[in-house]
Amino acid sequence: MTQDSSSIQNVVDRVEVEAVNSKAKRSLYTSRKKIFPKRASGSFRLFKWWVMAVTLAIYYVTPWLRWDRGEFAPNQAVLVDLDVGRFYFFFITIWPQELYYIAGLLIMAGVGLFLVTSTVGRAWCGYTCPQTVWVDLYLWIERWIEGDRNARIKLDNGAWSGEKLFKRIAKHVIWLFVGLITGGAWVFYFADAPTLAVDLVTGKASSIAYSTIGVMTAITYVFAGFMREQVCTYMCPWPRIQGAMLDDRSLVVTYNDWRGEPRSRHQKNTDIAAQSGDCIDCNQCVVVCPMGIDIRDGQQMECITCALCIDACNGVMEKIGRPINLISYATLNDYKANVKGDTITTTWRSFIHGRTVIYSAIMVIAALLLVYVLAIRSLVDVSVLHNRNPVYTLLSDGSIRNGYVVKVLNKKFNIQQFSVSVSGITGLKMRIAGAKTDIQTELVLEVPANGLETVQLYISAKTSALNAEQNSFQFIVEDRDTSEKVIYDAVFYQAKK
Amino acid sequence: MVKRELDEVSGTETTGHEWDGIKELDNPMPRWWLWAFIISIVWGVIYMAAYPAWPLITEATKGFLGYSSRAELADTMNAVQVSRQKYINSINALSLEEIRNDSELARFAYAGGKSAFAVNCSQCHGSGAAGSAGYPNLNDDNWLWGGSLTDIQTTISHGIRFEQDDDTRFSEMPAFGGDEILDRTQIGQVADYVLSLSKRQHDFENATAGAKTYADNCAACHGDTGQGDREQGAPQLSNVLWLYGNEKADIIAQISRPKHGVMPAWGERLDATTIKQLTIYVHALGGGE
Repeated sequence: MTQDSSSIQNVVDRVEVEAVNSKAKRSLYTSRKKIFPKRASGSFRLFKWWVMAVTLAIYYVTPWLRWDRGEFAPNQAVLVDLDVGRFYFFFITIWPQELYYIAGLLIMAGVGLFLVTSTVGRAWCGYTCPQTVWVDLYLWIERWIEGDRNARIKLDNGAWSGEKLFKRIAKHVIWLFVGLITGGAWVFYFADAPTLAVDLVTGKASSIAYSTIGVMTAITYVFAGFMREQVCTYMCPWPRIQGAMLDDRSLVVTYNDWRGEPRSRHQKNTDIAAQSGDCIDCNQCVVVCPMGIDIRDGQQMECITCALCIDACNGVMEKIGRPINLISYATLNDYKANVKGDTITTTWRSFIHGRTVIYSAIMVIAALLLVYVLAIRSLVDVSVLHNRNPVYTLLSDGSIRNGYVVKVLNKKFNIQQFSVSVSGITGLKMRIAGAKTDIQTELVLEVPANGLETVQLYISAKTSALNAEQNSFQFIVEDRDTSEKVIYDAVFYQAKK
Repeated sequence: MVKRELDEVSGTETTGHEWDGIKELDNPMPRWWLWAFIISIVWGVIYMAAYPAWPLITEATKGFLGYSSRAELADTMNAVQVSRQKYINSINALSLEEIRNDSELARFAYAGGKSAFAVNCSQCHGSGAAGSAGYPNLNDDNWLWGGSLTDIQTTISHGIRFEQDDDTRFSEMPAFGGDEILDRTQIGQVADYVLSLSKRQHDFENATAGAKTYADNCAACHGDTGQGDREQGAPQLSNVLWLYGNEKADIIAQISRPKHGVMPAWGERLDATTIKQLTIYVHALGGGE
């Protein structure tokens, strides 16, 4: 090591490290290299802590939020009730046949990711993806127990000792505990959280709850503790899709080699340094990388754009008195302009172009459509099934009778009376199966709150009132409080003429 | 030992197999794959010990968990039985009328009756109980022996013309043609008169001539105006429903050599609960009185 480089060593911690996917040694036949990410500090790291806090808080707190829906429906704000088949989300309650709301939300989420990726790159991967968040959380625990990068490498390479054993056990126990509460929080979305929490502790919860927690715990522990970057690189399809979303105008984490190269380990005030770039080859950008890559190799599939290398490099640049942002968020256009020496043209306007406009338009249309469908959504739904066997029955006085199964759905949270009547064919008579007499004008049907009532009705008509094999008529179901009406077109059958 | 070839790129030995110039590298199995394989074997051994696995000559090994799919089925069936017991007890305790007035119980009885009907009755009456020629339609409001709950229960329990049951419903119409009680002309005339009773197309003169023959031979059972008599299962002739067909030829055939349907007595074969459920079901098909 030369005198120069050792003097810079006093200012900056230089590390001998190689990217896990370094081009020189890229091979298909190597096993995984362990990555010991060093703790970064800077504005992006701070931002990531906040995102982690917010996303974890949302995940853990949501099932405990309450939302009053009256005595006939659960008071959990967000609940997927698989038994009854309801999805409660604050003021919205979705029945299984209304799953298109979820489809709409998923379309919005998908297009939203396209929009984010086409403007600010793989921000989802770098900041909000659960894999990233939980790996960050697990790394934080690892650092807390085993120390930062150097201490961890030392511990890993060192022989087994009481201290190593203790640290390893402590780490895995805490990891498993985090995994457990991660899986534990998951099941609260599917049942009343306070009740389930008590049941879980007292051993009264269903086996499916325990096994779900077990599976989720194992997934969290294995994914965040052991597999880490391999999940992103090998398992997740999303990086590939996102790669296709990026273009010259997307912000990506960029190593500004026009400024950094040729790298030099010499102190910047020496003569040799005068001909070299700003990069002092300290490898801080590599050691902080949770993916173990070297951003100076250029854009690569493994990069999740968490921007920790920007923080690390900026710290170094400040120390050696060079301008920051040797590694920065830049578009490919910025980079090209910089290489040529042109001025940078990227402003907020350059993010508005065909693709982003189309993505935004799709999102807005989907959102408006969802709001519209939600606004016109009826709180009563009627379904009528004509009896198929027999299709019709000839009665002794020559009239014809058809049977129908009428279902009335009450999406309100109170028990509601509905009046059911028929019209469209003269002289229709209506009778409940098994009843002694006909219904005079209308049937008053009491439908449970947030539920449905089924009634088997026999409708009969004189043949003189029927003019075809199939005769249309209507079931009219009216909410007795709001007078909201649902008209259902049904068909009355008789024998072929 | 054969000298193995080393692949230049990877430095791995090849297996020595070659297909059109393509050689296979002799890489070891991925570790995770190997572990999955070993764990599967261990799992398989434990499973074989725990569950019935090895077929022997008369039976299979039982396994130390003592699992049996038959026992599991029996448990499930028992659980269902227990969950039904509340309703079964009510059905046994209450009268048909009371069951019918309790909507929850009636719903249970209807469902039970429906499945019992599918197993025991649908062969003749059809899966939708719509019947066919000679097998009454149970959906309509026309009853040979009565359509009240108790009438239906009696019919199901004791059957019709079922000789092994002493209380069976029995009646027999004379074979007016076969036994030469009436001649062909008279039978034709009566048939026209019967057609006129249900206001179907008929020969007016024949019908007028048949009126007296009807009054002398048929009215005793079928009634003066063809209203029928449920006491003896004599069909009503004045409505539009016909068990054996509504054409003149059908009617002549029935007068000459009447067919008599037989229904088994189910009281011996089915328990009282099932018969009550069947009664509720048939009664609710639409024609119940």
